[in-house]
Amino acid sequence: MSDFLTPTFVISVLAAAVAAGTAILFACLGELITERAGVLNLGIEGIMLMGALAGAGGCIWSGSAWVGAGAALLAGAAMAAIHALLCVGLRANQVVSGLALTIFGTGLSAFLGRDIVGMPPPSSFRRIDIPFLAEIPILGRILFQQSALVYVSIALVVFLWWYIFRTRAGLRLRAIGERPEAADAMGVDVARLRALYVVMGGALAGLGGAALSLGTNPGWTEGMTAGRGWIAVALVIFAAWNPARAAAGAYLFGGVEAGQFRLQTAGVDLSPFFLSMLPYLFTILVLVLSTREATRRALGAPAALGRAYMREDRG
Amino acid sequence: MIRRSLFAVLAGLVLTGGIVTSLAGVAAQDATPAAEPFKVGFVYVGPVGDLGWTYAHDQGRLALEEGFPGIETGFQENVPENPADAERVIRQFAQDGFDVIFTTSFGYMDPTINVAQDFPDTTFIHISGFKTADNVGTGFGKIEEPRFVSGQVAGAMTETNQIGYVAAFPIPEVIRGINAFTLGVREVNPEATVQVVWTNTWFDPAKERAAAEALLDGGADVIAQHQDTAGPQQAAEDRGLYSVGYNADMASLAPDAVLTSAIWNWGPFYSDVVQQVMDGAWESSQYWGSWQDGVVDMAPVAEFVPEEIRAAAAEEVARFKSGEETIYTIFTGPLLDQSGEERVAAGQAMTDEELLSMDWFVEGVDGDIPT
Repeated sequence: MSDFLTPTFVISVLAAAVAAGTAILFACLGELITERAGVLNLGIEGIMLMGALAGAGGCIWSGSAWVGAGAALLAGAAMAAIHALLCVGLRANQVVSGLALTIFGTGLSAFLGRDIVGMPPPSSFRRIDIPFLAEIPILGRILFQQSALVYVSIALVVFLWWYIFRTRAGLRLRAIGERPEAADAMGVDVARLRALYVVMGGALAGLGGAALSLGTNPGWTEGMTAGRGWIAVALVIFAAWNPARAAAGAYLFGGVEAGQFRLQTAGVDLSPFFLSMLPYLFTILVLVLSTREATRRALGAPAALGRAYMREDRG
Repeated sequence: MIRRSLFAVLAGLVLTGGIVTSLAGVAAQDATPAAEPFKVGFVYVGPVGDLGWTYAHDQGRLALEEGFPGIETGFQENVPENPADAERVIRQFAQDGFDVIFTTSFGYMDPTINVAQDFPDTTFIHISGFKTADNVGTGFGKIEEPRFVSGQVAGAMTETNQIGYVAAFPIPEVIRGINAFTLGVREVNPEATVQVVWTNTWFDPAKERAAAEALLDGGADVIAQHQDTAGPQQAAEDRGLYSVGYNADMASLAPDAVLTSAIWNWGPFYSDVVQQVMDGAWESSQYWGSWQDGVVDMAPVAEFVPEEIRAAAAEEVARFKSGEETIYTIFTGPLLDQSGEERVAAGQAMTDEELLSMDWFVEGVDGDIPT
């Protein structure tokens, strides 16, 4: 049993975990700022698919993976704008709107993407070793021999953590998710800010889709996210609405995904069915734990999450 | 090119229109019955854009439309394999007056049989199953034949003598494919082994890629697969290594990696069935088509493969196409299993029954069959 647990093996699993977890990380961060603003968006899966399509399509059209990533951001933002309009503007039920968005995004991406199925994008985000940093033992292999999108995602985690917990704008973001009426009294335009964060969150989820269609699996394939949007939504709870923990959760998921195959090749006698089940078991566990109100409070769930805000409404 | 949902709407409109015109006909007393077009329905397990299993079936549907300009086809994608959903969709096709219905995934077997009992005048073809009825036939192809030849190409190209195989589920169809591929590999390169990992999914590009990366990290330099996406191919492409595709020619998604692909070619089979039903000559049967019949094929071997390897593959392909070699010549003894025990005696060919229930790996496969 111990001969496979060599440093090389562990490092290769960790490096693969970061690569495999990045798409989920982007989507998770997008959902995180959306929920911090008090809005639940269950449309992440559909938004990721639209982002994946826009990423591949934008890249095929322009020849540049960065233009593709920009297109994915825009597509994600446009999809989330629908959610913002319905849930913030018209105060519709957030769960229903989000589910509708997933169904809509799945169908629309399949329909629009018909002509570029199987077309390889002219460029994609390949591994770039960061000079000097990549030479660091262990950490260099895990974090600094990755693709540009991975670096963007790591920078984003650091930035969002600082933004949410250390800036005035971040305080307002937390306020509209915790106590919108208090924020309103402070003179914050709750509806406008909420809409803004929903749209920005969608843009990040769109980029998460592009992390698949321009990163790990270049090209458009229908339904290529295969449920990762849902895992991202669940991970936000695991992360207790904290970007740094979101990264840990996404990499843990990526690690289980990548690690299970390495255990198989190492001849470890563990049922592959059991290993395949692990990420989902883990998701369910997190969800079960977080349904209790007390646990939710302990985890720090935004108090107004899922509730539409209406001025003067005392409900 | 009608989507099933769109079709339902259209059917509704046509029906409404039909009632209106027939009423008008009653009034005018000169109604002439319009000839109802021959309709063929397809039930798909995945999306047509998967560039894999369902894509290959849809190419067959398009070939059918081309060959029979008068007919109408309809399809429904992403139909779950659970009995309730599958039966509902199949029943809907039958009720809508489809003449022939192809159900293209193993899990549709019992639902197909159930619906068929209620629609004796409709012909059902279930792909990859084993249950039949008077109006239900089965269809499948010996994909092991092109897999065997693709294995020879892979065996000739490997330098590390380690070939990875990303496999979906440990069922006889997949095990047979791994064995045929491995026998091909070892015929040209007895030193090489084929390492198998199971993903337990048919369709998850990122996961399949992760599986391939684990194999590549372990030293494999060619990746073969039995999945519905090109994820494993893309992992090989990024490492500058090789891969063998499946379902459709996957060279488009990984042009520098794909040596060749074992592919499905459903058009001829679909056309034969439709022609027979049209002629009233169709009879229920268990069709298991060979390379010679044209239901399976191998994509062109990549240009970057050395000329002598391509020439050898071309000769082998010709032998299968002529029927000189078949799945039975591939699985002719002596065949040893992983433990070195003889499973098939020298000169003896495996029977259909033995092949269809295969649950052991041949010598040279590195991996376990989970139980």
